[in-house]
Amino acid sequence: MIEFERVCKRFGDFVAVDDLSLRLADGEFTVLIGQSGSGKSTTLKMINRLVPHDSGRILFAGKEINGFREEDLRRRMGYAIQSIGLFPHWTVARNIATVPALLKWPKARITSRVEELLQLLGLDPAGFAHRYPHQLSGGQQQRVGVARALAADPEVLLMDEPFGALDPVTRSALQAEIARIHQVSGKAIVLVTHDIDEALLLADRIVMLDQGRVVQDGTPRQILLEPASDSVTRFVGRSEVGLKLLGLDQVHSRMRAPISASAEGISRSATLREALSALIASHAEQLPVLDEHGQTVGSIHVADLLDVTR
Amino acid sequence: MNPAPPRRWWLDPLLWTGLLFLALTFGMSRLQPLFHTLFPEQERPMYLQATFPSLVLAHVLIVGLSSLIAVVVGGGAGLLVTRDSGRDFRSLLETVVAIGQTFPPVAVLAVAVPLIGFGTTPAVIALALYGLLPVVQSTIAGLESVPQPVLQAARGLGLSRWQILWQVELPLALPVLLAGIRTSVIINIGTAAIASTVGTQTLGSPIIVGLSGFNTAYIIEGALLVGLLAVVTDLAFERLMIHSQQWRLATMPRNRPITSASPASAQSR
Repeated sequence: MIEFERVCKRFGDFVAVDDLSLRLADGEFTVLIGQSGSGKSTTLKMINRLVPHDSGRILFAGKEINGFREEDLRRRMGYAIQSIGLFPHWTVARNIATVPALLKWPKARITSRVEELLQLLGLDPAGFAHRYPHQLSGGQQQRVGVARALAADPEVLLMDEPFGALDPVTRSALQAEIARIHQVSGKAIVLVTHDIDEALLLADRIVMLDQGRVVQDGTPRQILLEPASDSVTRFVGRSEVGLKLLGLDQVHSRMRAPISASAEGISRSATLREALSALIASHAEQLPVLDEHGQTVGSIHVADLLDVTR
Repeated sequence: MNPAPPRRWWLDPLLWTGLLFLALTFGMSRLQPLFHTLFPEQERPMYLQATFPSLVLAHVLIVGLSSLIAVVVGGGAGLLVTRDSGRDFRSLLETVVAIGQTFPPVAVLAVAVPLIGFGTTPAVIALALYGLLPVVQSTIAGLESVPQPVLQAARGLGLSRWQILWQVELPLALPVLLAGIRTSVIINIGTAAIASTVGTQTLGSPIIVGLSGFNTAYIIEGALLVGLLAVVTDLAFERLMIHSQQWRLATMPRNRPITSASPASAQSR
């Protein structure tokens, strides 16, 4: 889908991206992560040519990106940034319709697409379509931003720290939303963040950058279990590796037969990390596991949480 | 989207000053008895060398033409120096335009006459030069007030340069831009009166003739109309500026049911 071949980018004397080679697969959720100045955002912006690369080749759909007309390339890629990127003088509906309008879709198709996207992102079309961005909360604005990026059914979705400006509650709601959208649509997503928890939660694959180079490229589990260097361990947080590993799996993966305990149950889709927290809070060795309807379907035992590294 | 003021139209100051202006323009000659009473020592207290409607028309044309030139030239220059390719010329432009503003308009007229001669042309040139500064400044300020993330999103979504300019930058800069044009036009309405010193017919003609002939009645007739024209124009610009940022005035639909409002607006789309 997207391929970097020995790509370099300098700003004056500063080397932002240094000999980067990377292949991003169809349908994959890739998270580019690193500290400020690691080159993660530059890497993302080189994909849609907001930042031109100096040397090397970047391929999109098998073709060098400089071979596309700039606007055509960008219209085939969704692009979402922090909420302030909405056009303040356009209604929510007009904002979402930006790219379909550029592509000259018929009016009826645009209207139905806008409605579909508002519903997908949990915004009531009747109530929101004709509001202006300043009439929305931060979380609602960001939802509109994501809807706008998805509007013309792009082949890949590029997201530059999309949830950076949101409060923790809204952020985790939107993270869940984007994970669901990825599952439903099967689209390739490239997301830039500096938040390791966000990366572990969302990514199929994490590419960790430092000083313009890839320091590690792997699944969340690999990043936690086989850190390529000390800097990776430091970034992840040495003392929290175990808890973060627990965060990758859900309760149903370690479920035992049901027990008859009086303690409060835990949802089967909760993470093992949440299960451990619940176990500690209730002073119990095991807890009943509940399905979506609140029926007991099994139990989780504290001993089973200790073997996550295997 | 409906325009804002269906308040109570009979309280609209634009309506009343506009009507007063029109009434005085077309009915000034009927006030001859009044001016006779006010200025009994004057034999001819009513300016009759030209009709007032023709003076108003000439005045409006000169102001309109010179403002149009100021907007096209000033706006164009302001636009150029906010593009990547023209950024280096920005401080130069601002200095040149600011210097232009420091010359008194009478001096510009005085210099223009020996070069171009008497008539309307030197007046239009002087007024256009004089109106440049507010337009240039407001164009630059307006375009720079467009938030960077909005521009970045526009580029990232695939809008072309022209589309970004027409659909994003200019609409967002418009309120500030209009404020500059408003200042420029209002200044020119006053300054155009002075332009009759170089032989142009404007609403300044009765004022100048009145000043040189000690005829206060002429001065009042001209000054009333110039003043009213400025007030009417200013109010009209105010209306236009409110109109140009309707979207800003939309408030949180908190206390009223959303569903009752939406079908109507959906149909108007």
